[in-house]
Amino acid sequence: MTYRAAVTRAIQQEMRHDDRVFLIGEDVAKPGGVFKTTGGLLDEFGPRRVMDTPISEQAIIGAAMGAASSGLRPIAEMMFADFVLVAQDLVSNQIAKSSYMTNGQLPLPLVIRFNAGGGLRFGAQHSQSVENWLMAIPGLKVVAPSTPADVIGLMAAAVRDPDPVMFVEHKGLLSSKGEVPDGDIVDELGKAKVVREGRDATIVAVGMMVGRALKAAEFLAADGVDCQVIDVRSLVPLDTTTILEAVRSTGRLITVEENPRLCGWGAEICSIVVEEIFSSLTAAPVRITTPHIPLPHAGVLEDAAIPSVDRIMETVRGAYARV
Amino acid sequence: MTATTIESDAGTQDVPSSEVRRDMYRLMVEIRHFEKRWMRIFNSGKTGPGHSSIGMEAIAAAFGTLLGEGDKTYATYRGHAHTLARGVPMNETMAELLGRATGLNGGKGGSMHLTSVDHGMMGSYAIIGAHLPVATGAALASKYKGEDTVTVCFFGDGTTNIGAFHEAINLAAIWSLPVIFVCENNQYMEYTPIRDVTAVDRPAADRAASYGLPAIEVDGNDPDLLHAAASAAIERARAGQGPSLIEAVTYRHLGHASADPGKYRPQEEIDEWIGRDPVPMYKARLVEAGVPAEDLDEMEQQIIQRVEQAADFALASPLPAVDTLMTNVWANGDSSWRR
Ligand SMILES: Cc1ncc(C[n+]2csc(CCOP(=O)(O)OP(=O)(O)O)c2C)c(N)n1
Repeated sequence: MTYRAAVTRAIQQEMRHDDRVFLIGEDVAKPGGVFKTTGGLLDEFGPRRVMDTPISEQAIIGAAMGAASSGLRPIAEMMFADFVLVAQDLVSNQIAKSSYMTNGQLPLPLVIRFNAGGGLRFGAQHSQSVENWLMAIPGLKVVAPSTPADVIGLMAAAVRDPDPVMFVEHKGLLSSKGEVPDGDIVDELGKAKVVREGRDATIVAVGMMVGRALKAAEFLAADGVDCQVIDVRSLVPLDTTTILEAVRSTGRLITVEENPRLCGWGAEICSIVVEEIFSSLTAAPVRITTPHIPLPHAGVLEDAAIPSVDRIMETVRGAYARV
Repeated sequence: MTATTIESDAGTQDVPSSEVRRDMYRLMVEIRHFEKRWMRIFNSGKTGPGHSSIGMEAIAAAFGTLLGEGDKTYATYRGHAHTLARGVPMNETMAELLGRATGLNGGKGGSMHLTSVDHGMMGSYAIIGAHLPVATGAALASKYKGEDTVTVCFFGDGTTNIGAFHEAINLAAIWSLPVIFVCENNQYMEYTPIRDVTAVDRPAADRAASYGLPAIEVDGNDPDLLHAAASAAIERARAGQGPSLIEAVTYRHLGHASADPGKYRPQEEIDEWIGRDPVPMYKARLVEAGVPAEDLDEMEQQIIQRVEQAADFALASPLPAVDTLMTNVWANGDSSWRR
């Protein structure tokens, strides 16, 4: 099953499971989504539960918030990650702070989903990864699946979660394929996965970078360097138990993130590792990121910005050379 | 005014019953004395700032007598009045203004974020316009669940110039949602007169047509007219006929926030509006309609006592325990972000 089809199946599964779940966004109903991730849902669930909206990001996210505070379980689609920023007041000032400011009177069970990331030559305003910004706001959960099975399991977990979840679908992964078991899949937020075992170094990645890290690890293995790869999957809550355990066993940490270097999530993970298990490290942690630039359109430039399999391999080799 | 019918943009309506009129007067007096007492506490340095709505009480009072269980109110930082108008107890409201553990939000909200979900007071919002789309969502939930509850969303004239206002009303209109947007036009944003920064005369009503809604302008100092406009809008919403946009023209007697003397306004203008103070005006009308003045005076004395008790309660309440700092970021009451 493709990642794209998994998104549809995930939403369908949750809408069948709970009548309070509805989908709202631009072009999600009749057109089936600009990324073709919501086709067929209108036919099955009708216009009461699958709603096309005007181009009104604040209204969409605000309506989701109001509905969540009134007992529903909205899934709001923002299309491109970049457009979340158009409604960032609602996200960071209103939704994220609701439970805290009301002293627990108004927790908000809602999901805001959007397509993030580069690789499709969409240029600077349609390619951003916003996970690190969102995770910096107390009150938001941030989930970024890298496989079709995870899309379904984590979407279910997100929709059933009592808190607001920002659900990051990577547009570069939409046509990627993966095994998906039959039946309902429900995962858990806050669980990282060791997707490749290895002795020599731990590579921590999210979203599209997971596949690239795995590929790099395969090549490195052929050269005799055995890397472990962790798919973080959920950035908030963050499974530091799995990450710390992994780094303890390998002594080396490499983070691979697709966002500008300043204040990336990799910095947080490196900081936790250095603070808490410094003595297990046999080398300084290494971060692989995009440079501190907006993502360019031209293929040759975009490819040079986003961490590639080659860059991951070279960086890991370099880290070894330094020891 | 003793005639049996009254005229407003919303149509011709019966004058509210004498109980309703009494209720509206009671709410206005409660709000007035609550705000005055709280300002005294502020001036004595015992609490942080806030925004009073002295002079604007009629609007909250009229809606307060019409909303019931399941109905929802969204307000701005200028939301003390709307909180009391939903029947939220004075004690806990005053305590929240003073940041006490006994406050509505455990002291985490403060003057600008009063919330009591149990009373349908869904919160006061401090970012201009943010709550209009949220109120739209609450109304969406009513419709989705097939309930006949309504949502009322109060905001200022300045708010009509921010994008969220337009997005929310359009969405509510195309989906015919049971929400009433009420612009409390007190004629100033912070310190700038609304007419200096708005191309139309009536910042809310003149824009209603853009969303397919009728223009409804009401005298915001006249509880009877407000009651008529509000009941028409609420009826329309409950009947599934969609949203309304009401502009209530009024004036705040004091400055924008508690430390602002409001000196940017011409003295004649202030005097004129204080001359149209809704509280004594309405009292005179009720007396003219046959309510004994002594009854109203006695009611006022009782309210003053209750306000004093609320102030005593709040001032005597403990400050929040410091470990509550870390509670309720998440629905499980916790704040931890790592596993
Ligand atoms: C987005 C945003 N911009 C600016 C402010 C600062 N601010 C607080 S109150 C206010 C004036 C609002 O005027 P109005 O909507 O008329 O409400 P009123 O205070 O008169 O009730 C401004 C500009 C804010 N809180 N939010």
